[in-house]
Amino acid sequence: MMRETRYIKAINEALSEEMARDENVFVVGEDVGGAGGAFSATRDLLARFGPRRVRDTPISEAAIVGIATGAALRGLRPVAEIMFADFLTLAMDQIVNQLAKARYMFGGMYTMPVVIRAPCGAGLHAGPQHSQSLEAWFAHVPGLKVVMPATPHDVKGLLKSAIRDDNPVLFLENKALYAMKGEIPDGEYLVPIGKAEVKRPGKDVTVVATSRMVHESLEAARILAASGIDVEVLDLRTITPLDREAILQSVARTGRLVVAHEAVKAFGVGAEIVAMVCEERPALLRAPPARVGAPFVPVPFAQEKLYLPAAADVVRAVQGVVSA
Amino acid sequence: MSETRNEQLAVLESMVRIRRVEERLAELFTQGNIPGFIHVSIGQEAVAAGVCSGLGPGDSVLTTHRGHGHAVAKGIELRRFMAEIYGRQNGFCKGRGGSMHVADRNVGVVGANGIVGGGLPIALGTALASQYRGEKTVTVCFFGDGASNEGTFHEALNIAALWSLPVVFCCENNSWAQFTPQSSYMKVTSVAQRAAGYGMPGTCVDGSDVTQVRAAAREAVERARSGGGPTLLECKVLRWQGHYVGDAQKYRAPDDVKEARTHDPIRSYAEVLGAAKVLEPGDLEKIEQCVKAEIDDAVAFAAASPMADPADLLTDVYA
Ligand SMILES: Cc1ncc(C[n+]2csc(CCOP(=O)(O)OP(=O)(O)O)c2C)c(N)n1
Repeated sequence: MMRETRYIKAINEALSEEMARDENVFVVGEDVGGAGGAFSATRDLLARFGPRRVRDTPISEAAIVGIATGAALRGLRPVAEIMFADFLTLAMDQIVNQLAKARYMFGGMYTMPVVIRAPCGAGLHAGPQHSQSLEAWFAHVPGLKVVMPATPHDVKGLLKSAIRDDNPVLFLENKALYAMKGEIPDGEYLVPIGKAEVKRPGKDVTVVATSRMVHESLEAARILAASGIDVEVLDLRTITPLDREAILQSVARTGRLVVAHEAVKAFGVGAEIVAMVCEERPALLRAPPARVGAPFVPVPFAQEKLYLPAAADVVRAVQGVVSA
Repeated sequence: MSETRNEQLAVLESMVRIRRVEERLAELFTQGNIPGFIHVSIGQEAVAAGVCSGLGPGDSVLTTHRGHGHAVAKGIELRRFMAEIYGRQNGFCKGRGGSMHVADRNVGVVGANGIVGGGLPIALGTALASQYRGEKTVTVCFFGDGASNEGTFHEALNIAALWSLPVVFCCENNSWAQFTPQSSYMKVTSVAQRAAGYGMPGTCVDGSDVTQVRAAAREAVERARSGGGPTLLECKVLRWQGHYVGDAQKYRAPDDVKEARTHDPIRSYAEVLGAAKVLEPGDLEKIEQCVKAEIDDAVAFAAASPMADPADLLTDVYA
């Protein structure tokens, strides 16, 4: 049986289910307790699980990640919330030098089952310091997994998988999607980390999209269908480990590649994907690939619409690739 | 609390072991047997030996770039410790960490850290794990006076006090941060004073006097174990050597170095134990012999160990 739920509620359900399932899982972050989270992701968890397992912290992002890291070193499975992904920058040492490296640097002595949840993305007029998509920074760090779910179904299944994963997972939730509704199964289910999914099959062009751009790309596909261009939308879902197979298989079907993400285009995940296809299977490409991403400026407050990549940009990129 | 003779001799032996291990490391490094760089704590041994003498294997220690002493005092096995610093396959970290990252979870050496102040937030987590599980175990986080100027110090001490975490923040204050004297980076002269700002007790002791260190550490550890929360324990020590082996200390007055070396925690404790007839003639020699044999064995093990396995380069990034 399927039922409808919102993206934010799906996150809440995943947390609640995993905490009920495993006593070692706890959540820690700013305003996660009594307030239920800045965006309500942890609503009612305090009442259900108590203050031992739902821990409000001071505004101390480095400490939040340090707490998670130390607790994981001792065998717990923390889920840390960083209120806005932009604030991950305050915890950079703890994430990059400590958490991500602990297993390798200590010769495999430790497993580091840590999830860091962080709302990313623009669209709420939150301004330059509350709207960024910084996934490429973290995808560049060996030891981290980076996940960016686009739908209520995927966010729940992936968060449950992330909590059960024995590695540090940076879980980037696009806050413009929090209110989005979608169908999810009634019972328990998981969505595997590292597996992309075809959200719309097509035969002319592959659009590899992440997070909110999955929906913009689906909209672009509807628009392009009217002019006879059949777009396949591949939702990456996980940034690292990258699902190379799914990308290559899709491009093998279509012969054309566009990558669409909300982060700035320059030096982004799109560049990695294009380079990967060009290096591994250049013969698959019937036309030069294209990238859709934000311009190389901070996220502006009032001019968000101008800034944000949208369906129209995907349409243009696809048309360019198809006519090349 | 009266101590047994064995306990006192064990503390002396621990200090001697640290001293001789680091002297040997410096020698091996200078001869080119060890890659990278080495930071020694010679002259500061009373802190490691004194604090760790009150800990059990279930207690956790986090340390720094100057961390050999803490690891050795906590009981790390010298063979694999030495092999790690040699960068060999059967080092504790398969040669991936080296001197600044020695660790052995089985004896509670959670890990050393190359980032100044990087361990303080992690100590919150290891201490929280004890509290979370209702264990009576504690965490000791060692760091330098320089590290107390990192933001992580502030974040960590505030939370530790707020949550009454079973942790002891042990600041080994040698009054230098690399090449800069403390007066150039701190207005206050004592790190322990800062404890008041977090609502936790702060104590400052002569870190060259292992008896003082032990008494203060015992109190702090007992407080942590019994649910009384954290302590900031500052141990004032003197840095005999440069920041790293090979540092000629041109930035330091020669008299300052000379004066530092007059404070020898090992000699003074041996004198104390001698006067109390705890240490009898020949005892120190026996300790030295025993420690030397251990170190010889560890160095031989390390030198004979295989180089890091190329096939292992790509493993352990993920579980
Ligand atoms: C974050 C960071 N900044 C700078 C350094 C370089 N560095 C290594 S040790 C050190 C001095 C640290 O002084 P202190 O904390 O007092 O420890 P000590 O070396 O005296 O034991 C510095 C500046 C570093 N490793 N990490």
